[in-house]
Amino acid sequence: MPSAERPRPPMETIRRHGLVTRLTHWTNVLAVLVLLASGLQIFNAHPALYWGETSTFSRPWVAMAAVERGGEFVGLTKVGGAVFETTGVLGYSGEVRGFPAWATLPGYRSLADGRRWHFFFAWVFAINLAVYLAAGLIGGHVRRDLLPDRDQIRPRRILREIADHARLRFPHGAEAKRYNLLQKLAYLIVVFVLLPMMLLTGLCMSPAFGSVGYGLIELFGGRQSARTLHFLSASAIVLFVVVHLAMVVASGAWNNIRAMVTGRFAVRPEEAGT
Amino acid sequence: MSRIDRRSWLKGAAAAAGGLVAAACDRLTLNPTVQQTLARAEGLTRRTQRALFPRMALAPEFSPEDISPDFRANGTINPQDPAYVALREAGFSDYRLVVDGLVERPLALSLADLRALPARSQITRHDCVEGWSSIGKWTGARLSAVLEAAGLKEGARFVVFHCADKLEPTVDERGRYYESLDLEDAFHEQTILAYEMNDAPLPVAHGAPVRLRVERQLGYKHAKYVMRIEAVESLTPIRGGKGGFWEDRGYEWYAGI
Repeated sequence: MPSAERPRPPMETIRRHGLVTRLTHWTNVLAVLVLLASGLQIFNAHPALYWGETSTFSRPWVAMAAVERGGEFVGLTKVGGAVFETTGVLGYSGEVRGFPAWATLPGYRSLADGRRWHFFFAWVFAINLAVYLAAGLIGGHVRRDLLPDRDQIRPRRILREIADHARLRFPHGAEAKRYNLLQKLAYLIVVFVLLPMMLLTGLCMSPAFGSVGYGLIELFGGRQSARTLHFLSASAIVLFVVVHLAMVVASGAWNNIRAMVTGRFAVRPEEAGT
Repeated sequence: MSRIDRRSWLKGAAAAAGGLVAAACDRLTLNPTVQQTLARAEGLTRRTQRALFPRMALAPEFSPEDISPDFRANGTINPQDPAYVALREAGFSDYRLVVDGLVERPLALSLADLRALPARSQITRHDCVEGWSSIGKWTGARLSAVLEAAGLKEGARFVVFHCADKLEPTVDERGRYYESLDLEDAFHEQTILAYEMNDAPLPVAHGAPVRLRVERQLGYKHAKYVMRIEAVESLTPIRGGKGGFWEDRGYEWYAGI
């Protein structure tokens, strides 16, 4: 049947993610989810953060608490010099607790159960990260897919990518077969900074670790600083996940998820004249 | 469906889905098989730390200016057991630390006896399982000296610390605090029976007259108000069988992490 419409160019299917990347990605999803939720359960046992080696109990830099005001409980969260009312979420959510039940594993209050989940999945997380890094460094995934290509680090190009990204304009054709610069930087920071930071700052909280690794604790500024950095790195990971998920949806949820499950990714060819 | 209807429906659906996930997670946590599986990580952690960290590696020690002015006292801070109250009111002059179980020579040591044993002072960081840390100076008899004086019998694998306080008010002994160590930690150089804190007699809130210091583990291992040390072959027959008050309530026996 004749048609006035120009036929759409066929989609090209490429192999986007290797097997190790896919397996370690989903293992990491599970481990990070459990570690975040059980980590908040552990945090709730002493919902305050400090800088330095020890806890300066009267001067935390972050603290959550509940106060009674006119017969009602009010949740308060202190950050630096500022105090925010966070009733219902932080400090007070039906009971006096730092983070609310829906954010913690388990939901009920149990430091012991939170620790069990945390230290089991800490092993899953660490082994998974080691497998990913070893495979990525030896197999060339890091060099090939994550390190920016020469043409990606020219100033004009960087500015254009930022502008495209802000307008959620995603590349087609050959350009869609590789990560853009901002994507690469985000992944590099997560893989080489944030995830290792979780592991290292976590280790620095272990009382036994100090007997061999005190240099690392000192590098982070003391045990309580390590605990603070553990919390901040986890927060940065949450921020990354939020943006990551938004980008997955905005650039084609089905295609992206399929690529991370089966490895195959559909690329729309460059249309003529664009 | 109007837009507002749809929004409230979506909200309700999201809340219901979230509630289902949360309920499933809680049920999973309470499942004995899941608990046992998760608890296996403790053995892996202990074996890894013991394999990688030298047996006698010392916990970091600090200088006097690092000592916390606000060292927090946790758990029992003023035992009400009549026998303990009587001891305290007499300035612990009648206190006797009993050392028995699988030992060649059962002992009953007064504070003067303890002070006569080889001692150690250390300024260390105390890490509570809750997450906070304080630094304090501890002086006490080396546990190894006490155990050598008593002479461990063959077959002794753990030392159990029986305490004067009940952290949970129970009619029977279940609420009484106790702790235990294996011999590797018991004979560590920094494992002491502290009778002084920050160069003063140990305050009641911190475990007077004697508390255990086992510097490479979390705070709950550092039993306060120690009345009796028992050498045993196995922890299973004692109380909940897990080797400590908190261990019987789900916390790790090896508290190196």
